Amino acid sequence: MKHQYLKNVVTLCLSSDKCIGCGRCTQVCPHGVFEIKNRKVQIKNRDWCMECSACARNCPAECITVNPGVGCAAAVLSSWLSGSEANCDCSGGGCC
Amino acid sequence: MNDEKSCCCTTENCGKEELQACCAQKEPWVIGEIMTPAGSVPVISTTLKTQDILGAWKVRWGIGRMNYKVTPGLYAVGAPDARSPVLVSANYKLTFDTLRRELSGLNCWLLILDTKGINVWCAAGKGTFGTDELVERISKTGLARCVEHRTLILPQLGGPGVSAHKVAQRTGFSVIYGPVRASDLKQFIQSGLKATEEMRTVKFTLWDRLVLTPLELVHAAKVSIIVFGVLLLLNLFVSRPFGLMDFLAYSGAVLMGNLLTPMLLPFIPGRAFAWKGWLMGFLWTAGFAWLNGLFAPQSLVLAIGYLLVLPSLSAFWAMNFTGSSTYTSLSGVLKEMKIAIPWITLSSAAGIVLVFISRL
Repeated sequence: MKHQYLKNVVTLCLSSDKCIGCGRCTQVCPHGVFEIKNRKVQIKNRDWCMECSACARNCPAECITVNPGVGCAAAVLSSWLSGSEANCDCSGGGCC
Repeated sequence: MNDEKSCCCTTENCGKEELQACCAQKEPWVIGEIMTPAGSVPVISTTLKTQDILGAWKVRWGIGRMNYKVTPGLYAVGAPDARSPVLVSANYKLTFDTLRRELSGLNCWLLILDTKGINVWCAAGKGTFGTDELVERISKTGLARCVEHRTLILPQLGGPGVSAHKVAQRTGFSVIYGPVRASDLKQFIQSGLKATEEMRTVKFTLWDRLVLTPLELVHAAKVSIIVFGVLLLLNLFVSRPFGLMDFLAYSGAVLMGNLLTPMLLPFIPGRAFAWKGWLMGFLWTAGFAWLNGLFAPQSLVLAIGYLLVLPSLSAFWAMNFTGSSTYTSLSGVLKEMKIAIPWITLSSAAGIVLVFISRL
C-alpha cells in the first residue's frame, strides 16, 4: 500500500520551459514525482513529494525549486521551544 | 590505551586520511591490504560477524547510536583494479555493514565519506554527505591515482546533499546515482548501471517501520519514568491513589502511539500522523474504559478524563514518528503540527484536571 501524506502542502515548483531533459530529477527523486515526456520534465504527482530537495540540488538547468526540510515533528517542536532553526539533530532520540 | 586513542577515529582526528590505514588494521572487518599508486588501502570483509550483528541490535535500541562509526577513506572489496567501480557511502557503521554485506563476490572500491556517523539520507539532508565532503575526500584519498576511469556510483539517497554536476565540474568525476537499497547494488552493477523504477523508489515496509520502533519505545519509556514519578508524588495528596489500572491505561496509550500506529500506518484511515495516533489511542482508551466499567456514573469523570488525555498522548507520539518516516514533507508536518499541538495541549490539560478531580 502506498503511503500518502497531506495533500496540497509541498513547496515544489517546476519551470519546465528551462528543462533540458537530462532526467537527473527522475533518478534522484525517492518517490517517483517526476517523469520525462517529450524531453521535458513533468510532475506526476506533487503530493508524493517530501521536500528532500535532491531534484533541485541536482538539476543542472536550475528549473526546480523547493524549500528543503526534514519532515520531523520532534525537530520542529524543539525549534519552536528553543527559538532556533529546526535541525534534524537526532542525538536526543526520536527521529531518523 | 593511549596509543589507540591517539591513532583511532576520535571526534577531533576523524577524517584525517593518514590515520585511516593504521586505524583500519585494528578493525576486525579488515582482512588485508592492497597497494595502490595512492598508498595502502585496507581490504574489507563482506561477511558480518556476531559483533557486527550485536552492534546493529544495540544501536536499534539507542545504545551508543551517535558514536557508531568507521574511519572515512578508501577501502577495497575483493581484488579491485584501476577499472573497478567506485561506490560512495557514509561512515555510519550500520550503513557500512549493510553495504559490504551486499558486495560479496564483487571487486570494487568503497569511498567512505565523513558523515559523523550518520546514515546517507539523514547526512545528505544535513549536508555532511555533500558536494564539499565528496570533493575533499576524493582529493584526500588520491582516488584519481587508484582508478583510471572517472565515474562514481553514489547511493540515490545521497542526492539531497550532492550536486552531481558540481562534483563533475570540480573533480572530473561524473556521478551515477545507484539504487536506493544496497541489496539492489549487485543487480544494478550487473545490468550495466541501470536502475529500475523499483530500485529508485523509497519504501516504508512493515519491517522498515518495525525496526524503528524500539528507539521510539526507549524514548517514550524515558519520558514515562518522569510521568510515573509525578504520579507517585501526587499519590501523597489524593484520597484514591494512582495504581495498576492507570498504569495499564497509560502503557496502552504509549504502545498505541509508538508501536501500533507505526506498524499499522498505511492501514489507519486519514493522512496526518497525529490523527492516526489519536484514533488508535481513542480506540484503546474507549475499549479499556468500557471493559473496566468506567462509563458507570460514579467513575464517568475518570473515563472522560482518560479519553481526553490518553488519545492526545498517543497522537503526540505518533506525530513524532513523522521524523522516522520516509515520506513526510516539512510543509506537511508544519501544517499538521499547527492544528495538532493546540488540540493535544488543551485536551491533555482538561483530561489531567478531570483525572485528578476523580481522585480527590
